Amino acid sequence: MMISFGALVRKDLLLFFSDRRAVIVGLLVPIICGSFFGYLFGGQGGKSETSRMKVLFTDQDDSAISRGLFSQLAADKNLDVKPSALEIARTAVRKGKATAAIVIPKQFGVDAGRAFFAGEKKPEIGLLYDPSHSMELGMVQGILSGAVMQVVSKEVFTGQHGREMVKESLSQIEGNTRMATAEKSILRDLLTSVERWNEQQDRAHASGQDTAARGLTMPYATREEAITAGSNIQYNGYAHSFGGMGIQFILFMGLDVGVRLLLLRQSGLWQRLRAAPLSSTVLLGSRAVSAAMIAAFILFVLFGFARVVFGVRIQGSFVGFLGICAAFSLMTAAFGLMIAALGKTLEATRGYSVMATLLMVMLGGAWVPTFVFPPWLQKSTVIVPTRWAMDGLDAMTWRGLGLSAALAPIAVMLGFTLLFGSVAITRFRWEAEA
Amino acid sequence: MLEVKNLKKSYGKVVAVDGVNLRAGAGESVGLLGPNGAGKTTTVSIIAGLLRPDSGEVLIEDKPLRGDTDPIKRNIGLVPQDLALYDELSALNNLSFFAALYELDRARAKRSIGEALDLVGLADRAKHKVATFSGGMKRRLNLAAALLHDPQILLLDEPTVGVDPQSRHAIFENLETLKSRGKTLIYTTHYMEEAERLCDRIIIIDHGKVIANDTLHGLHRMLPVTNVLAIELENPEGLRTEQLLALPEIHSAEVRDGVLRVGVPQSFCGSARRPAMAHGAGHNYQHVASERPDLETVFLTLTGRSLRDS
Repeated sequence: MMISFGALVRKDLLLFFSDRRAVIVGLLVPIICGSFFGYLFGGQGGKSETSRMKVLFTDQDDSAISRGLFSQLAADKNLDVKPSALEIARTAVRKGKATAAIVIPKQFGVDAGRAFFAGEKKPEIGLLYDPSHSMELGMVQGILSGAVMQVVSKEVFTGQHGREMVKESLSQIEGNTRMATAEKSILRDLLTSVERWNEQQDRAHASGQDTAARGLTMPYATREEAITAGSNIQYNGYAHSFGGMGIQFILFMGLDVGVRLLLLRQSGLWQRLRAAPLSSTVLLGSRAVSAAMIAAFILFVLFGFARVVFGVRIQGSFVGFLGICAAFSLMTAAFGLMIAALGKTLEATRGYSVMATLLMVMLGGAWVPTFVFPPWLQKSTVIVPTRWAMDGLDAMTWRGLGLSAALAPIAVMLGFTLLFGSVAITRFRWEAEA
Repeated sequence: MLEVKNLKKSYGKVVAVDGVNLRAGAGESVGLLGPNGAGKTTTVSIIAGLLRPDSGEVLIEDKPLRGDTDPIKRNIGLVPQDLALYDELSALNNLSFFAALYELDRARAKRSIGEALDLVGLADRAKHKVATFSGGMKRRLNLAAALLHDPQILLLDEPTVGVDPQSRHAIFENLETLKSRGKTLIYTTHYMEEAERLCDRIIIIDHGKVIANDTLHGLHRMLPVTNVLAIELENPEGLRTEQLLALPEIHSAEVRDGVLRVGVPQSFCGSARRPAMAHGAGHNYQHVASERPDLETVFLTLTGRSLRDS
C-alpha cells in the first residue's frame, strides 16, 4: 500500500511541477498582490510614505487668526493643506480631488475672540467633505479644533487684536444686563489680569528678554509606540499581506484540486485508478497529501520572498508557524476534496466554489485586516476557517507571539479539515461515470 | 477463468445490463459486439470492479470479486476506451506510476515496463512525453499500461477507437501475441471485422441483453440465410429496401457504400433471377457477387438494425 500511496503523491507533484510556466505564474501573482497590499497597509514599519489628507483652506476673513490657523494646519504632518477659493474648493471636494475644505468666514477673527470669553455669537467654520471619506472627516475635525483653540487663545491673550478685544470686553461687561454681578466681577478680574500680563510681557520685551507669544496649548503630547514582537521590531505590513495573499491563492489551488478531481472522474484515468486494488482512502488521502504539500510549498516560497525582499520575519514561534502552515495546507486539501465530492456539473461547481472561496478570503481578513470590520462582523467571522489562519500567521510573524498562540488556530483548522474530509469521503461518488 | 453470472445494472429507469452471462478461459478471446449504448462498457466496468452490479456476480478463478481492495483485481488489466495516460509525463513515468498502483517493487516494475514497451514497440520513446505521441502510439501505450502487473484477464474496451489502420494492425498483433501467451481477452467493439479477426467467441449485446453467444461459425449457422448477394448499383439513391423485403426469397436487405446486400437462400445464388431482383427494385446494376454473410449481417438479422445506425 505504501508503494501505491507514494506513487500517487509523487505523480501529483510531478504533474504540478511539469508545467513550470504555470508554477511560476502561480507564485508570481500572489507575490505581486502581496507586495501591493503590503505597501498600501503600511509597508515596512512605516518606512513607506504615508498618504496625507488633501485639505483646501478658504480664507474669507484674512485676519491674523485665520492666517495663523492656516499656518497651524499646514504644519500638521497628517494634512496637505492648500489655500483655495470657495467655488474651486467645493468643486475639488465634489470631484474627489480633496478630502475636505475648511471655510473661514469673514469676521471670524473678531467673532471668535469675542465668543472666547462671552460665548456669544459663535462664528461658524464651514467644513465641506467628501462623503466617501467620512472616516477621515473625524480626524480633520479633531485637528481643526485643536488648531482653532491654540490660534485664537494665542491671539486673544497676546496679540494686538486680542488686546483691543480685552479692552472692549472690559467696557462691555459693565453694560451687560444679562450677566450676574458676581460673574461680572470674576470676568473683570480675569480680563484685568490678562491686561497686566500683557503689560508685563511688554516690559520684558523692552528689556530684551525672550517673550514668545503664548496662548492656550494642548496640555499634553503623545509618545507613539507600536507594540510588536519587541522593542526594536517594527510592524511590517508585508507580513499580513503575504499571509493573506498566500491564503487566497492556496484556496484557489484547493479549488483547482477539486475541479480536476471532478474532471478525472469522467476520464479513462479514473477507470484505471479504480481498477487497481486501491481503497478510496488511499485515492483521496494521497490527493490530500499532495495538495497539502503543494500548498505548503507555495506558503514557504511566498514567505521566503517576503523575508528576503521586505524583511518579513517569523518573530514568534517558528514551530507554531510551521504548524499553522501545515494545518492550513491540510484544510485546503480537504476543502478541495469536498468540492469534488459535492460538485455535480463542472460549471456549477466552479461557480459555487469560487464564490465560497472569495467569501472565506474576504471574511477571513486576507484582503484587509479584520479590525476595519464592524464589531459584529469581527465577532461573527470566527466561524470562518481562514480567519484563524490569518490570525495565526499574524501572531507568528509580526506580533511575535509564542507557540501557545498558535495552538487554537491549529486546532480549529484541523477541526475544519476533519469536517471537510468527512464530507468528502461520505459524499464522494466512487462509481465511474457510465 | 472468468465467469460472469446474470449481471444486472440499471441507472434509474434505464436498464444498462440485463442478465448478462459469459465465460472465458485461458488463451480465449471473447468479443462483446454491439452498438453504442448496448451495455458493453457497463459490463466491462462491472467486471473491472468500477461499478457494482444491482445483482449477479463476477467470478475470477472461481472466486467472487468483492470490494475495491480485493486482491483478485490483480488478475485483471483494464484498457479503457478513453486514453488513460498523463500527457504531461513521459511514457516511462506513466508506466512506473501504473506499476506502482499494483505494489510492484522497483526491480519487477523495471522488468515489466521494459517488456511492455518492447511488446508495443515504444521502447525507444520511453523517455518522451506522451503529449508528443501520435494517436496510435498513445493507444499502444494505453495497452502497455494494462500489462505491467501481468494480469491473466485483459479487458479491452474499444482499444482501437480513432487509430489509423497501421496502428490498428500493430495493436492486433500485440493482442494476438498476448492471446498466444495464454491471456484471456475480453474485447468490446462495434467493428465486426475486429471481432471476426480476433475473437474465438462473440457475444452480441443489444439493449443490455445477450442476444447471441457463439463462435463466428456458430453465429453464421444461426442465420436463416446462407449467402449474401452484393449488387453494385449504378444509382443507389432512392432505393427502397422495403420493396425487396416484400419478396419471399429475401431475408434481409441493406444498402451500404453504394452496394445493395441481400440475404438469400443458397439455391437463389446461381439463379438467373438475380439481375431481375435489382431491376425489380427499379435500378440498373453494374456487378453482382456472392458473399459470405458477415457479423454486420448477423447483427442486422438478429436485431433488425445496423450496428452503426444504433
